[in-house]
Amino acid sequence: MTSVWVVIAVLALATAGLKLAGPLAFGGRPMNPKALNVVELLASALLAALVVVETFGKGRSLVLDARVLGAAFAAVAVWRRAPMIVVVLGAAAVTAIVRLLS
Amino acid sequence: MTGLRVGASDPLGVPSERHRAGIRRGLPFGIAVFAISVSFGVLARPLMGPVAPIVMSIFVFSGAAQFGALAVLLAGGSAGAAIAAGVLLNARYLAMGLALAPSLRGRALSRAAFAMPLVDASWAAASRGDGTFDPWYLVGVSVPQYAGWVLGTVVGVLIGPRLGDPNALGLDALFPAFFIALLYEEARGRRRLAAAGGGAGIALVLTPFVPAGLPILAAAAAAIAASRMRA
Repeated sequence: MTSVWVVIAVLALATAGLKLAGPLAFGGRPMNPKALNVVELLASALLAALVVVETFGKGRSLVLDARVLGAAFAAVAVWRRAPMIVVVLGAAAVTAIVRLLS
Repeated sequence: MTGLRVGASDPLGVPSERHRAGIRRGLPFGIAVFAISVSFGVLARPLMGPVAPIVMSIFVFSGAAQFGALAVLLAGGSAGAAIAAGVLLNARYLAMGLALAPSLRGRALSRAAFAMPLVDASWAAASRGDGTFDPWYLVGVSVPQYAGWVLGTVVGVLIGPRLGDPNALGLDALFPAFFIALLYEEARGRRRLAAAGGGAGIALVLTPFVPAGLPILAAAAAAIAASRMRA
């Protein structure tokens, strides 16, 4: 149980440190254009990686399971401009139904 | 709040309006985050007991890190391994914070106050698309998410013992759905699509070979590569 509290304390401090490092070191200063160019693209790259890992990842392996159909529903819903809540809850519902039927 | 002059010259509106607009934008995220954190509370309770998951959500406030660390602990991993997983999963905040930094003016304390509520959805939503960010909007989008995250954990811890398997409810599919929605709004234009494709490819290739969290961090390389393309 002690180790659980150690994990919580260290993760809280580390997360704050990661969030604050940039703003405290470089706040308000314009970034050089080359760096800004990269930064502008970071969200696309990291979000796409998160989609892949959360759709296919299971620990260190890649698997095809019911999440794929949930994610597919989300992709179609987003494309059809459905509200966020429909996108996420619909994806969960599709995944749950597929698991129920399989 | 408007005494803080960050964003006062914001061409998109005065801070309190931007803040409220952010909160409205954040509401659906807040509901989604609530659902996700219910599942965190449910999953964490057997290992952590009823109080620790709530404390963790209050002070860590990060789905990726909390689920990542929990997964390691549930698999019998050490505290050190759980911490490493959580830190790696949150390493992206370093990049996001660096990206946000030029948009934050004012003293260190005020910059810190704008950076602490930083989470994925707020960061993406506050991006103006030209490399700058709307700080008040970012904080606004985070408000419902923080409330949803902490409340959801409380609910999860309370109902967990009665609920059964959260995956049976498809709760694990909330994550990809959430990121797909964010990605759709973010990845407009040739270079961003290239960055997204590259990031997805890197994550796909690396996942079987490196510890969880690293593939997401490594995807940043795709942004560097795509930045060399012509706009």
